[in-house]
Amino acid sequence: MSLYAEIGGEAAVNAAVDIFYGKVLKDDRIKHFFDGVDMSKQAAKQKAFLTVAFGGPNNYSGEDMRKGHAHLVAKGLNDTHFDAVMDNLGATLTELNVPGHLIAQAAAIAESTRKDVLGK
Amino acid sequence: MPKVIYGGQSYECGDQSVLDCLTAQGINIPSACHSGICQTCMIQAVSGNIPQRAQAGLKDTLAAQKYFLPCVCHPEEDIEVALYGKGQLKFQAQVTCIEFLNADILGIRIKPARPFEYKAGQFISLFKDEATARCYSLASVPELDDELFINVRKVPNGQMTGWIFDTVRTGDTVTISGASGDCFYVPGKPEQNILLIGTGSGLAPLYGIIRDAIRNGHTGCISLYHGSLNTAGFYLVDALRELAREHPNFKYVPCVSEGNASQDYATGMVAEVALQNNPVLSGWRVYLCGNPDMVKSAQQKTFLAGASLREIFADPF
Repeated sequence: MSLYAEIGGEAAVNAAVDIFYGKVLKDDRIKHFFDGVDMSKQAAKQKAFLTVAFGGPNNYSGEDMRKGHAHLVAKGLNDTHFDAVMDNLGATLTELNVPGHLIAQAAAIAESTRKDVLGK
Repeated sequence: MPKVIYGGQSYECGDQSVLDCLTAQGINIPSACHSGICQTCMIQAVSGNIPQRAQAGLKDTLAAQKYFLPCVCHPEEDIEVALYGKGQLKFQAQVTCIEFLNADILGIRIKPARPFEYKAGQFISLFKDEATARCYSLASVPELDDELFINVRKVPNGQMTGWIFDTVRTGDTVTISGASGDCFYVPGKPEQNILLIGTGSGLAPLYGIIRDAIRNGHTGCISLYHGSLNTAGFYLVDALRELAREHPNFKYVPCVSEGNASQDYATGMVAEVALQNNPVLSGWRVYLCGNPDMVKSAQQKTFLAGASLREIFADPF
């Protein structure tokens, strides 16, 4: 069984998106990156991110990740901010009672995008 | 084999997705995940049935307008699609009534020359000439009103509103676009509470949405907070008070942001007053219209108060 299926597939993404984005917007380390963004478009982006992290179907390339975050890197996006997102991801899954070994797998997938997201 | 019709041409879809079918013809549709998640490639169906899978995860208001994700759409019958929505169509319409709703806002009623589909709260473009148009939200409800009803606030030195206030008269023929936008009432969940916050002429779409909700038998609480600098900025006050008398689940709170006002008004910034009175919005539906700064900040605040991302509808202007 794939990680995506084990975590609960699209239903899990839908359950996680509001919790995760709420944590991100309350996190003093990163919330300023979301000032003035269009929240309805953000919702789809957050879902896309969670789907990737949950090992779900996607065709994102490292290049997409680089392009998508370049404007934020220019504004100072760095490892500290990436760490904050990782914390929020872990806390979201814990809140949803996802077993620890699955959280670790999701975190490893998210972690694998770090270099591309930060444009390194 | 089902065909995809676009721009007057029809293309064999075969086993491909609609996105791959159109892209193979050189039609440029921005896309990213190719898995029905990121919603980058979203387009609209003009006719034909869309498989449910291609609308999974879309907001109810988008699905109701037949928007879908072509990257995961394998049609079972011919479908005609449009990339930029039906808002591109143009209609001739007659101005049937113009009246001042307050010192700065005109209420204009317009009757399109041919059948016109819309939902209360969507917007149209009104054309001054080929190159000049502005968007106005629809305060009318198709099932209740014979005409379209828009509210136009006078913009100092505004090219468009100068023309509307000084030149347009009852009986004139004007050009409008089809209706678009995803800020409207979707029937279902009648017991859900609804919070609506608007500033200035942002009342227009909310007035339409509220009457549409009531018409659909909505039983949950419907709370409208209308913000203005001072009492002179309010309008449709009698109509809203009447509505509140007839429907105990509808509450109307006019809110003055500068100075004091009589006990008929709340005082303070409208979004703050609305959130003070309704601090927990879990399970609520939220509509936000008007001043873009108010709309953006209220989007975040209502979300953090518990409203789901999918249940927050916004129209900044």
